[in-house]
Amino acid sequence: MSKWRWDRFFEAFPYIWDGLQVTIQFTLLGSLVAYLLGLAFAVIRQLQIPVVDQLLWAFIELVRSTPLLVQIFVLYWIVRPDLLGGFTIETQRLIVGVTALGVHYACYTSEVFRAGIDAVPRGQWDAATALSLPRARAWTGVILPQAVPRVLPALGNYTIAMFKEVPLLSSIVILDMVYQVKTAYAADTGGAGPEAWFAAGLTFLALSYPCSILVRKLERRVGTV
Amino acid sequence: MFDNIDIYFERILEGLPFTLWAAVGGIALTVALSFVAGIAMLSRSRPVRFVTRVYVEGFRGSSEVVQLFFFAVAVPIFFGVSLGATAEGLLLIGVIVLGLNHGAYGAEIVRGAIQSVSTTQLDGAIALNLSPLQRMWRVVLPQAVVEMLPSFNNLFIQLVKSTALLSFIATPEIFKKADELRAVPAFARELGLIYALELVFYLLFAIAVTVIMRVLERLAARRVGRPPVHRARRMTMGVSS
Repeated sequence: MSKWRWDRFFEAFPYIWDGLQVTIQFTLLGSLVAYLLGLAFAVIRQLQIPVVDQLLWAFIELVRSTPLLVQIFVLYWIVRPDLLGGFTIETQRLIVGVTALGVHYACYTSEVFRAGIDAVPRGQWDAATALSLPRARAWTGVILPQAVPRVLPALGNYTIAMFKEVPLLSSIVILDMVYQVKTAYAADTGGAGPEAWFAAGLTFLALSYPCSILVRKLERRVGTV
Repeated sequence: MFDNIDIYFERILEGLPFTLWAAVGGIALTVALSFVAGIAMLSRSRPVRFVTRVYVEGFRGSSEVVQLFFFAVAVPIFFGVSLGATAEGLLLIGVIVLGLNHGAYGAEIVRGAIQSVSTTQLDGAIALNLSPLQRMWRVVLPQAVVEMLPSFNNLFIQLVKSTALLSFIATPEIFKKADELRAVPAFARELGLIYALELVFYLLFAIAVTVIMRVLERLAARRVGRPPVHRARRMTMGVSS
């Protein structure tokens, strides 16, 4: 039974700060990919093109029911050497990390977008047809502007969830909070004890908890799907 | 390409008991904690509600990987080294973290489901002179459980996926076992096959969880005399509400 040392707890924060910037960078870029790709998936599935629809469904189900960690390794160890040979190792890691997070969460957000699109009343489609709007114009001018704002709070939840899953990227040497504590901090102070991990956990909590309260408030105001 | 497939299967099968125990143990602890914390959040006592809130928000708000490292590091330091030294000790730490983390999400599921039981049901139970315990056990919970099961299905799939995280603390579960093969140059070229096998295993687990939960849903619905819940084919992550 050893003693809790507060000095080691406070020493951890400079390292956590370095990692936090990377963590936030990956969260934001990953969210951007997840939102855009999720919207694309939802729209494509709405079009119900025979074979494409089933393939996309199978892909989404596979990605959602298998661990993100395995997917990161698939991208990092298999896809990378063939496709990204021309980039530096840092850029490769950035692309792999953002793609893994983005594709994984796109499979969740596509369902959110789909619910949002389904919630737009049938009459809106009929009206667009009556005005003989081209199909693309009906989507961009009528359906999506009504569907997207309503689902934004729900998407916020996935950004918060993603923020808490960025530590998985430490396994492919992305210098996030967990990687910083595990290597830089551990090297300088002779091992990362419970104090440093507690500090990292508190940092996650301090950022994600206010965000989820904000999202809950927004959900109440906008009305979720 | 498929020359070494026997070896891959063998390695994954070596890790399989650990993954299964992590999943089963994690689910058992999750269910227990969900009910305790979910009911405690509806308690009339303010301190009980406060303590439960701290647990739920603490585990939902921080990262699972960090929690895993915290427990893997803190447990040996504070309670002697013996636990973390063996594969079984690491598995136990993993089960505890999986249970604590997903139990926090499950608590909200239980709380929400209990609150969704209509108040007229409670009025009826009071009119029948049932004690508070009987009201909870015989009237509220059987109906609430029907509401909970689809959400628990998602949560359990989430938990099964999280068992891969135990590789971070060197528990020899299936992902750790497959990942060790990367060090062997002869196998390195077949990583695609190895990881594809892994993905199939996790997919099968998720399907198994869903099949079992569907059966439970039907049983629970029949018990309270309702038709089975018709549900949209849709998964959520248990992040909201």
